[in-house]
Amino acid sequence: MLTKRVIACFDVDAGRVVKGISFVELRDAGDPVEMAAVYDREGIDELVFLDITASHEHRNTVVEMVRSTADRVFIPFTVGGGLRTTDDMRLMLESGADKITINTAAVQRPALISEGAQRFGSQCIVVAIDAHTEADGRMRVYTHGGRRPTELDAVDWAREVVERGAGEIMLTSMNTDGHQDGYDIPLTRAVSDAVEVPVIASGGAGDSQHMIEAVREGRADAVLAASIFHFGTHRIADVKRQMQQAGIPVRMERADYDDVL
Amino acid sequence: MTDLAALDVIILDYDAGNLRSVVRAVERVGARPEVASVGAALDEADAVILPGVGAAADTMRNLRERGLVEPIREYIAADRPFLGVCMGLQALMTASDEGGDHPCLDVLPGRVVRLPGSQHDGQHDSRKVPHMGWNRVWPRRASALFDGIPDGAYFYFVHSYYCDLSEADDVLAVTEYGVELTAVVQRSNLAATQFHPEKSGAYGLRIYRNFLAGLGSAAA
Repeated sequence: MLTKRVIACFDVDAGRVVKGISFVELRDAGDPVEMAAVYDREGIDELVFLDITASHEHRNTVVEMVRSTADRVFIPFTVGGGLRTTDDMRLMLESGADKITINTAAVQRPALISEGAQRFGSQCIVVAIDAHTEADGRMRVYTHGGRRPTELDAVDWAREVVERGAGEIMLTSMNTDGHQDGYDIPLTRAVSDAVEVPVIASGGAGDSQHMIEAVREGRADAVLAASIFHFGTHRIADVKRQMQQAGIPVRMERADYDDVL
Repeated sequence: MTDLAALDVIILDYDAGNLRSVVRAVERVGARPEVASVGAALDEADAVILPGVGAAADTMRNLRERGLVEPIREYIAADRPFLGVCMGLQALMTASDEGGDHPCLDVLPGRVVRLPGSQHDGQHDSRKVPHMGWNRVWPRRASALFDGIPDGAYFYFVHSYYCDLSEADDVLAVTEYGVELTAVVQRSNLAATQFHPEKSGAYGLRIYRNFLAGLGSAAA
């Protein structure tokens, strides 16, 4: 049975992980590659790196990070932030990323989705959607890191990006993001039920119970978290064990590279 | 024990994306692979790896444009060690339904067909397409390819089409996603995986090691 994935997300600024990190085992708590290796060992299923500076001056730093990650970590990882052309995508994929994610660029020029899917395959193209549920119940899509409202409805937009070739949707609720009070279940479920491709729930993870709800009630195919792992308040293995105890299929094995090889 | 570093391992480059990950995985198990995109590179190879992501039509077009179709077919026909990964498995089939009806390398009899997806019906979980994530793999028979890997170990899959093989004996291991899917094919010195061993953690790397270490000892 296909397992539900637990994904850790790193916000990276000029090659350094931002947001306070208090993970004791790290020699360099701001080094994304070092963190990726530790999370891999802890049993994370997948990683996402979001380059929040996303400026061209820093592109080389990001490429270096992607290459170093691919050298040390043998699980899938996604890179996003400021990718605007298929050549931008190609650079990341060639450097070792398995998927790329686009958000604002996809809203501004939806053809970018199909161009990427055609050139690299749908499986590489993750469209990130930031959505906010308004007072009237409307689920509105925002761009520019949640700063700019659009006229798009989240469910309609999700259907469109899949039509255009997105292989996966990373769905962040601006209502729940940062509160650690649980994922946005109605939004997640509405989008997940509307599309054939996997949906990653994001925004609001505070504990394993939230992840269980996102999968059960929200019908998410994967759950993404940042702070609860980075601050060390929740260990990946514990979260996954609790999900398993709740009857959710998760990958429990944590085979060590040196032991197996 | 085979000295992996001494092997002439060729990873075929036909503009198919995740080459670097495969190169790094093969290096991590102690081999020194070479990347090549011409058929002549197969002449002296001890082992050939055909990676790949993307669509069947593009894959076949790229292989044809580089003149790799006949060299690959001849190499496999001579029963020399070959490992296909994901699209590198699907390309070995007779034909693929992906984006039309595309003839493939026709090494393994059978077709590449679309995964049957389904939505959540209130009781049963959805089966999204692509089949994306970690799933358990069950060998059907013993093989050196699975040395040191427990039955039901997890491997990382991402695909929307799967191989419907005509000859059941070619199927080494299966996984389950609504239907039983071929996860690994093995026929003598030819092996191929639907999942990505280079993205499947320690056991994934072990597949590469087992493939390379088993060279010369052939079919289990």
